[in-house]
Amino acid sequence: MKTLLANPVLVKELKLRFRNIKSFSGILFYLVAMSVFVFGFIFLTTSLTGSGFFRPTESFLLFSMMSYIQLGLILFITPGLTAGTISSEREKQTLNILLTTSQTSFQIIFGKMTSSVAFLLLMIVAGLPIYSLVFLYGGVSPGQIAVIFMFYLLTLLAIGSIGVLFSTLIRRTIVSMITTYGTMIFLTVVTGFFLLISLQISQYGNAMPNFSPMSYFWASINPPVVLLTLLQPAVADQILNLATVTFPLWAGYFIFYSVLTAAAIFLSVKRLRVNMHKYK
Amino acid sequence: MIETIGLTKKYGSFYALQDLNLVVEEGHVFGFVGANGAGKSTTFSILATLLQPTAGDAFINGMSVTEKPHEVRAQIGYMPDFFGVYDQLKTDEYLDFYGASYGLKPKEREQLIPKLLELVNLEHKRYDYVDLLSRGMKQRLCLARALIHDPKILILDEPASGLDPRARVEMRDILKELKAMGKTILISSHILPELAEMCDSIGVIDSGKLIAQGSVHEIQARLQHEKIINVKVAGSLEAAVAFFENDPFVSRIVAVPDKGMLHFSYKGTDVQQIELLQKAMAQQLPIRSFAEEETDLEDVFMAITKGADVR
Repeated sequence: MKTLLANPVLVKELKLRFRNIKSFSGILFYLVAMSVFVFGFIFLTTSLTGSGFFRPTESFLLFSMMSYIQLGLILFITPGLTAGTISSEREKQTLNILLTTSQTSFQIIFGKMTSSVAFLLLMIVAGLPIYSLVFLYGGVSPGQIAVIFMFYLLTLLAIGSIGVLFSTLIRRTIVSMITTYGTMIFLTVVTGFFLLISLQISQYGNAMPNFSPMSYFWASINPPVVLLTLLQPAVADQILNLATVTFPLWAGYFIFYSVLTAAAIFLSVKRLRVNMHKYK
Repeated sequence: MIETIGLTKKYGSFYALQDLNLVVEEGHVFGFVGANGAGKSTTFSILATLLQPTAGDAFINGMSVTEKPHEVRAQIGYMPDFFGVYDQLKTDEYLDFYGASYGLKPKEREQLIPKLLELVNLEHKRYDYVDLLSRGMKQRLCLARALIHDPKILILDEPASGLDPRARVEMRDILKELKAMGKTILISSHILPELAEMCDSIGVIDSGKLIAQGSVHEIQARLQHEKIINVKVAGSLEAAVAFFENDPFVSRIVAVPDKGMLHFSYKGTDVQQIELLQKAMAQQLPIRSFAEEETDLEDVFMAITKGADVR
């Protein structure tokens, strides 16, 4: 682990990232936006109800909304941070020198990927104190927060690895970024749409729920839907009942995104350097 | 040692490099000369394991670049013709990063960095940001970077391109120092005189083909079918012109009375040239000097790359 973290690319990337004022202003902007939202929500709830109380159910609603905001943040920031990691080195003409060093392709990809993920994790952790405000009012368990954070970690690893993959495959950063955002939108929006369609098709004309593996599949790879099932386990039961599948949705999500992450990293490592043996 | 055997790179039907056979012995400096797009950078990219050859192979200290690219990388210091630097990274951090990339331990890096900066005359820029350095300084820093893991072989693609004359001289001095350190250097330039001074041998590449290879003098000799001889005369030029006109190997005599000299083309051998001078002395012609004109290396280069195969 120590050797992994002593990765030269990782150390250099972190150094450069934290020398950049944009990183700090980004975190500042995020925290200010979150604070305004949380305090605004508490203020509005207490003043509109007129009771001056903030009930556990309202606290849970706030928690749910913040969870979605944070998911949105991960989905939108991760491509921006990762989709230029390799292509920008190519554009700046620093990649060739990096590729002629003794570092393995895995070390380079791992360093690039980890530095971006580390920054996102810092952003999420920096938001924890604001997030934790909900504990003051009850309604949310620390275990639930832990589960949701694991969900965030997997999601950002998956989107991040897709970003790194496109950045490796595509020469230009702008194209790589558009492709990564496109993939992200497919996974979050289009899969939701497919879920609705497949549910409609499978249930059409049937009084009883019908076996629909496709509905299960689309639900299990859609981050907003899976987040909803983590916040409201009853929703997961409903989807499983409708699709008549018993395998937990979160497990399907975990398997799909773990495989996706591993495959994207594997392909990035394979494609980073030219295959010198190829012609033989 | 660097060796290429039938090295070829093809893009569709276009040959960027065709059947390159090259040997650079250990401790030698080999200059690679050719116009832009002749195939120099393609060769260097293959040697640096950045480009896959279409056919043939290249060997660095006996290791094939296609079979053992990872091991080859540890053996070479590569400087590309165009390269960028990271913003917001200081000079010593830049070298430290690459040192770490070659697996050097922090203590080793700490000791090496000042020495390398001294070698490339950048010790005073140690804590400056790399992106703020001048072009010449960046080139020198990139050379220091290529040396950080003490490679025996250096592959330098146009290290002096885009530099002003002063920076060019500084770069040349550093390269001479590296040569004295016993490094095997493969260096390219589109300017032949730049290389002539420091190279043990040169290769001229044109349209992907190596059209001449040998020492600078060998290449010049192979190319030169005629010499230009300048003769300075103390008295009247007429007698001298009349004398040289009678020699069967002399042609195109031009007298320059203002300077008291004449020059002519000479096709004879070195021995015949000596005999000609001895005859002139026997005739008691008042000759002050009799000298072969130094051929401009630029002319040699231009002549070679016109398409003449002089091998």
